[in-house]
Amino acid sequence: MSEMTQPAERGFSLQSLTRNRAFWPIFALLLILLGNRLIAPDFFNIEVVEGRIFGSLIVILIRGAPVVLLSIGMTLVIATKGIDLSVGAVIAISGAVAAVLVSTTDINPILAILISIGVGALCGLWNGILVAYFNIQPIVATLILMVSGRGIAQLITNGQIAIFNDETLAFVGTGVIAGIQFPIYICIAVFVIVMLLVRRTAIGLLIESVGANDRASYYAGIKAAQIKLFAYVASGICAALAGLILTADIKGADANNAGLWLELDAILAVVIGGTSLDGGRFFLGLSVIGALIIQSVETGILQSGLPPTFNLVVKAIVILIVLLLQSDVVRRWISNSVNRLRGQMRGQTA
Amino acid sequence: MTTSTQPILQTRDLSISFGSVDALVSVDFNLRAGEIHALLGENGAGKSTLIKLVTGVYAKDSGQILLDGKEINPRNPREAQLLGISPVYQEINLIPTLSVAENIYLGSQPMRFGLVNTAAMNKQAEALLNRYNIDIDVNRTLSSYSVAIQQLVAIARGVDMSAKVLILDEPTASLDRHEVETLFNVMRQLKADGVGIILITHFLDQVYEISDRITVLRNGFKVGEYNTDELPRVKLISEMLGHELTQTLGKQATSETAKPKNQEAYIRVDGLGRKGYLEPIDLTVNEGEIVGLAGLLGSGRTETALLIFGIEGHDQGTIYVDGQAVHLRSPSQAIQEGFALCPEDRKTEGIVGELTVRENVILALQAKRGWFDFIPIKRQQELADEMIEALHIATPDAEKPAGQLSGGNQQKLILARWLASEPKFLILDEPTRGIDVGAHAEIINIIKRLSNDGMSLLVISSELAEVVDYSDRVIVLRDHKKVAELKGDEVTENRIMQVIAEEPNV
Ligand SMILES: Nc1ncnc2c1ncn2[C@@H]1O[C@H](COP(=O)(O)OP(=O)(O)OP(=O)(O)O)[C@@H](O)[C@H]1O
Ligand SMILES: [Mg+2]
Repeated sequence: MSEMTQPAERGFSLQSLTRNRAFWPIFALLLILLGNRLIAPDFFNIEVVEGRIFGSLIVILIRGAPVVLLSIGMTLVIATKGIDLSVGAVIAISGAVAAVLVSTTDINPILAILISIGVGALCGLWNGILVAYFNIQPIVATLILMVSGRGIAQLITNGQIAIFNDETLAFVGTGVIAGIQFPIYICIAVFVIVMLLVRRTAIGLLIESVGANDRASYYAGIKAAQIKLFAYVASGICAALAGLILTADIKGADANNAGLWLELDAILAVVIGGTSLDGGRFFLGLSVIGALIIQSVETGILQSGLPPTFNLVVKAIVILIVLLLQSDVVRRWISNSVNRLRGQMRGQTA
Repeated sequence: MTTSTQPILQTRDLSISFGSVDALVSVDFNLRAGEIHALLGENGAGKSTLIKLVTGVYAKDSGQILLDGKEINPRNPREAQLLGISPVYQEINLIPTLSVAENIYLGSQPMRFGLVNTAAMNKQAEALLNRYNIDIDVNRTLSSYSVAIQQLVAIARGVDMSAKVLILDEPTASLDRHEVETLFNVMRQLKADGVGIILITHFLDQVYEISDRITVLRNGFKVGEYNTDELPRVKLISEMLGHELTQTLGKQATSETAKPKNQEAYIRVDGLGRKGYLEPIDLTVNEGEIVGLAGLLGSGRTETALLIFGIEGHDQGTIYVDGQAVHLRSPSQAIQEGFALCPEDRKTEGIVGELTVRENVILALQAKRGWFDFIPIKRQQELADEMIEALHIATPDAEKPAGQLSGGNQQKLILARWLASEPKFLILDEPTRGIDVGAHAEIINIIKRLSNDGMSLLVISSELAEVVDYSDRVIVLRDHKKVAELKGDEVTENRIMQVIAEEPNV
C-alpha cells in the first residue's frame, strides 16, 4: 500500500523506479531467485502431484512462513522505536504449551491452539508493560524474556522434547487446502488482518508518529503507551503462530532449539524492508519481502550442495550486499560517480 | 567602521533544488570581512538553505562558494569549521544528553594525557558563558535547560569557534531583549576583530540596530543587496514580500471587539501549582477572550501552560471548565476537554518530521478521535489543504515530509494542527516565533478571529507590542509567580514592562 506510492512523482522513468523504496528489496529478491535458478535448473519448476503443489518456490514460502510472521510483528514493534528480542523464546513457549496440552490432556486441540496463541499474547503484554509503563529500554525489557523464555518452555515440557500425535495440531504445519500448505494461509491471513488494522484505522499513523517523535506525539495527545502495548502484543501473537507452525511441522516441541536465533532473522527482514531501527515509517509488505529474501538465500545454499558450514557466511554476505545497496551513503556514492562520469562524457563531447 | 570592501565569503550562481522546489536559483551573495550582514526573506525564501550549502550540510547543484577568493567545497559542517566558517543553525542541533560543557567543546575538548580534561573543559565553558552573563551548572545535561539557554549555548559554541565567518540563523528567536543586547555586544566585538557575520532574523528592529548591509531573498532568488542605512523599512518589506504590507500592527486594525465580555469564566484555574516548579496561580479566561501571559524568560510562562495542559503534573489547585472541576493528568485528557497547546519548541515538541504535512495537520484531531474513528484520507486532504491555504504554508503539496519545510512554515504547521483539532480553549506559546513579517500580521489576525468566533485563548509571547495588540487582559509573571493582572487601559507596553522590571518587594 503506502510503500508503493512513496515518491509521488508523475511520469515513469528508471530513476523514479529506482527511487521507489519498494524497488531494491524486490529487485534483490528477484536476483537471488535467479541466482538460485542458475544453481538449480529446476528451481522455478512447479508440479502438481496428487492435488498438491510442489516446487522450490513453494518450499521457500513454507519454510519462510515463521520468519514472515515474526517480521510482521517485529515491523510494528520497530516502528515504535522498539525491538523485540524475545520472539524466538516465545516460539519455544507457545510450541511447548500446545504440544504439552494436546499430548497430556484431553483438551480440544483447537482450544489448545487458542491457549497457545493467548500465551503468546501474554508474553507480548509482559514486554509491552515493561517498555510502555515502566520505561525500560526495549532491548533490555525483551532480553529478559529472551533469556528466561526458553527456561519457561523447558519447565513446561519437563526438559524433554514434547512429542504429540494430534492430527489437528499437526495440520497447522503440514495440512493442505486446495493444494497449498496451511502455513501459507496463516501468513496471508495475518498479513491482511494486520494491514487492515494499521492502514484502515488510525493505528498505523499513530505508531509512526510515536516512533518518529514520541515527545511531539505525547503533546499531540497520543497515548503512546497503548500504542506500544499493541505492537508488542501483536508481535507476541505472531511469534506464537510461528511457534505453532514449527512445532506442528515436526510434531514435537523442542524447548531448546525451536525458533533459535529467529529473532535476528526477523529484525534483519524488517531492516531489509527499509523500516528504520530509529522508528517511524514502516513497510509491512517490504518486511515480508525481506523475510523471503532471507529464506531464498537459505534455500539456495541448501540446494547448491555447498557444505552447510558455508551457510551462515554466505547468508551474511548476501544480506550485507542487499543492505549496502539500500544505504544512503552507498547510493549517494554511486549516483555521484555516475554524475561525474556523465559530466566527463559531456565535457568530452562539448 | 572597520568595514572593508574585500569579500571574505562569496557565492556565485549558487543553485539547489529539492525535487520540484527550487530552493536557491543562481544566488550571488557577498559577505565582507568585519561586517554584519543581514540575510532576509519570507519563510521558505531559502535563507537557511543558503547557510546549509555554505557549511556543507547540503551539496550544491551548481555554482561556486569562495572563501577569501578561493573556491571551497566543504562536504560537511566540520570541514567548513576547519576553514573558519562557524554556523549556529536555526534548529538547535546540539546533543541533549551531553553536558553543557561537552556540547560547547564537542570535537575540540581540551586533552590531558590523551583523555578529556573535564575540569579544564568545565572551567573554560563557565568562563565562556560568563561573557553572556549566563551562570549555570555546565556539568548538567543540556536538555535540563530551557530553549533559550540551549540557544545561548549553541551561540557561545559557534562564536567561540568562529575564525573568519560566523553565521547566526535566527539566533534571537527565543531570547529576551536583555540577552539579545548581550549577544549584539559580542557580535560588535567580533566585527571589530574582522569577522564577517551573517545574521538571519525576522525582527526588523534588530536588523536596523546592528546590521551594516542587507541581502534579500525571495522564492530562492536574490532580490538585491543594500546598505542598511539606505534602505527604508517599508522598501525592505516590499522587497521581501514582493508587494506592500497591507496590515500593520496596532489596535485600530482590530474589528474593535463587539464580543460579549464579563460573563462566567469559561476556564478557571484555581491555585494551580507544583512545589519547586510554579507557585500556585489563579487565572480565568472567558469565552471569546484573549489573555496574554507576559514575563521574562524563565518567569514561569511556559510552566503555567504545561501545568494547565497536563504535560507536567500539579500537586495543588484545580482547573474548572465551564464551572466543572476537571482532573487533567495528561495532554490526551486535556484535549478531550477541548484544550489545545501549541508548544514553544517546534522541533522536539511540535513537528513529527518524518510524517507528511497532511498527517501532521490531523495528528491531534486523530488522537482525540481514537484508534478506530479514522479520519478518511479524503477528509484529511481537505483539512490539510484548507490549512495550507489559510496559513499560507509554503509547500508544494500536503504530502511533503514536514521536516523538510522551512522553520517558519513548520511553526505555521503546528498552529494548523491545533486549529484542526477544533479546540474551545487554545494555549499558544510564542506563536509568531520565526514567522516572517507578512505572516506575522496574518497570524495575529487569525488569533483575533478565533476569539471573535468564541474561542478562549491564552497566549504567551515575548513580543509585547503583539501581546498588547490582541490581549483583553494580560497576566504578568515573575520568578514563577503571578505578579499582576492588567486590564483595560492598563494593557500597554510601558505598563507591562514596568511590572516586569519592578523589584520584588522582599
Ligand atoms: N531538506 C529539504 N528537502 C526538501 N525541501 C527542502 C529541504 N530544505 C528546505 N527545503 C525547501 O526549500 C525552501 C527554502 O527553505 P529554507 O529552510 O531555506 O527557508 P528559510 O528562508 O530559512 O525560511 P524560514 O524563515 O521559515 O526559516 C522551502 O520551500 C523548503 O520547503
Ligand atoms: Mg530558516
